[in-house]
Amino acid sequence: MSSVLNVEKLGKSYRQWGSEWRRMGSWFMPSIAPREEHWVLKDVSFEIGAGEAVGIVGQNGAGKSTLLKLITGTTRPTEGTVQLSGCVAAILELGMGFNPELTGRQNVYHSAGLLGHSQTDIKRAMPEIEAFAEIGEYFDQPMRTYSSGMQVRVAFSVATAFKPDLLIIDEALSVGDGYFQHKSFGRLRQFRDEGVSFILVTHALGDVRTLCDRVILLDKGRVLKDGLPDEVVDYYNALIAEKENAKLTIEQQREKSGWLVTRSGTGEARVKSLRLLDALSGEELAVAQVGQQVELRLEASIHADIPRLVLGYMIRDKQGHVVWGTNTWHTRQIQENVKCGEAVVFRLPFTCTLGPGSYSVSPALVSSDTHLINNYEWIDNLLVFDVINAQRDIFIGTTWLDGQFLITRQIDGCV
Amino acid sequence: MFGMLSGAWRYRYFILSSIKTELRLKFIRSKLGGLWLILNPLTQVVIFAFVLSTLLSSKLPGITSRYGYAIYLMAGILGWSLFIEIVTRCLTLFIDNGNVLKKLVFPRITLPLVVSGSASVNNALLLLAILVIFGLLGHLPGSAFVWLPVFMVINIALALGVGLALGVLNVFIRDIGQIVPVALQFVFWLTPIVYTVEVIPEQYRGWLILNPLTPIITSYQRALLYNQAPDWRGLAAVAFVAAGLLAFALMLFRKASPEMVDQL
Repeated sequence: MSSVLNVEKLGKSYRQWGSEWRRMGSWFMPSIAPREEHWVLKDVSFEIGAGEAVGIVGQNGAGKSTLLKLITGTTRPTEGTVQLSGCVAAILELGMGFNPELTGRQNVYHSAGLLGHSQTDIKRAMPEIEAFAEIGEYFDQPMRTYSSGMQVRVAFSVATAFKPDLLIIDEALSVGDGYFQHKSFGRLRQFRDEGVSFILVTHALGDVRTLCDRVILLDKGRVLKDGLPDEVVDYYNALIAEKENAKLTIEQQREKSGWLVTRSGTGEARVKSLRLLDALSGEELAVAQVGQQVELRLEASIHADIPRLVLGYMIRDKQGHVVWGTNTWHTRQIQENVKCGEAVVFRLPFTCTLGPGSYSVSPALVSSDTHLINNYEWIDNLLVFDVINAQRDIFIGTTWLDGQFLITRQIDGCV
Repeated sequence: MFGMLSGAWRYRYFILSSIKTELRLKFIRSKLGGLWLILNPLTQVVIFAFVLSTLLSSKLPGITSRYGYAIYLMAGILGWSLFIEIVTRCLTLFIDNGNVLKKLVFPRITLPLVVSGSASVNNALLLLAILVIFGLLGHLPGSAFVWLPVFMVINIALALGVGLALGVLNVFIRDIGQIVPVALQFVFWLTPIVYTVEVIPEQYRGWLILNPLTPIITSYQRALLYNQAPDWRGLAAVAFVAAGLLAFALMLFRKASPEMVDQL
């Protein structure tokens, strides 16, 4: 696999010079050193192969935007190198360089020119841009008469009119109406099938799981983790809680079945056991039938006095999509004043209306509806079970809806 | 330096279309449109012509035409307006385009090129208007008129050198954006535009030479009013200064570029 992007030991520091004269002096005399350096990115190295889709996640201020700016070349690295092969397009902000007084068509010429395309190329792509934007006769009206959604349509059409080798997208996709969003995702998928590499920066972790082959987690300007989406996203999720809970620890371990168990928490409450049982017989199950009455039984051990204890859990399918999830905060069953040494047993009965496949259960012992305040223990994919369909008619999907066909026939006479 | 040139060449269509766009923007949504390009400097001419020639009854040596002074003024203003447009626009060029510079990658050198291009077009339109007025006043420029493009090129080089250097510094020290317009007013009065060199007492006349604009403006006046070839020695010296300034400005621009985006 040839690499499209090769980033090596990349670092960026913003310098404080004390005075502007010192700064200007340094342009001509390299011996003048800045008074203070503030590193926002340090020692970042990774590679992106052709056709690979890479997500970049991290909290605000982790250095994501700076990294993108360095890759596109709007700012220059203080140290290290960025090597690009092929043509790069970046959607950092839609509609850059649009002028409200010009028509959509004129703006397309202008902003595509700003992206470095020649007049003839733009002319050739124009009909397609106009067709993709679907704003009708507004295309030849001044842009100040556009709604913001229409501007976005034109902007996205220009930005993706020319197929790049590497497309960089920074949070710019959650715009436009549902119809256009769907359409633009379609175009991105088409690019993917044609072998375009992607860098996607977003806070929507669900998008990262579905769109990316690989995820890079940035924290305080460094690469903290670089790996498969479930691994990095679960780790990131646990990391968010760390900000509040200084003594929190994170462990990750890949099981033989391929599920990744991520364990994090401060340990005041721990999951002692989690089992899937048949609700009637109480027998432990590894495989559940579609429609079977089952029960999850979780035993928690308490290692310190806790004012409020909330249990949350979610069931995920093999792709990482959450099929179901809730907690005792939402059901108003918060356990208060739990004492050290207590054992709390949670019984979670439900009808297994899942479709056939492999599922995981991730429990979390927390203090409210989020794990950001107190994360006692959160274990991703602790329990894995399979669902098989032995008794019902064949169906596909992750949910058994008990759908039926009601059919009537009647004779109208042959005409 | 070579990278800059090749970047500008790759973006040549963009530069041309940007100049066109700027021109178009002036015509959209204002009734008089492009006329404002010409009306502005011409009002200046009318005011000076009225105040100075009628009220103060100053005369031009060697010119008998009633409109001699007005023609003299127009020639000077033609050169001055090209210079000042480029300098003032370059001064805030990077700050005005900060958002684009931060988000998109393109050869930055295109920005000053667009400015000089659109200023030249504006100046050509003003020249056209002035020629029409000359015709109405019965004063047709002679063969020295062909030297005009040479003056324009030197003028643009000088303005670009000054403007670009100040524009780069203005990103880091914003006071420059405030000082320069004031300084330019002084430069206007230190250049023989509304007065002639002969008005200045003999012992101070030598100082005017230190103003690199003086040879350029006087060349305009000699060509348009007296139909004389320029003082080539003075002009060559200015061309030399302009080239030096431009080289310095480009070097400053290149050195400052990496840090400029971080400051915008």
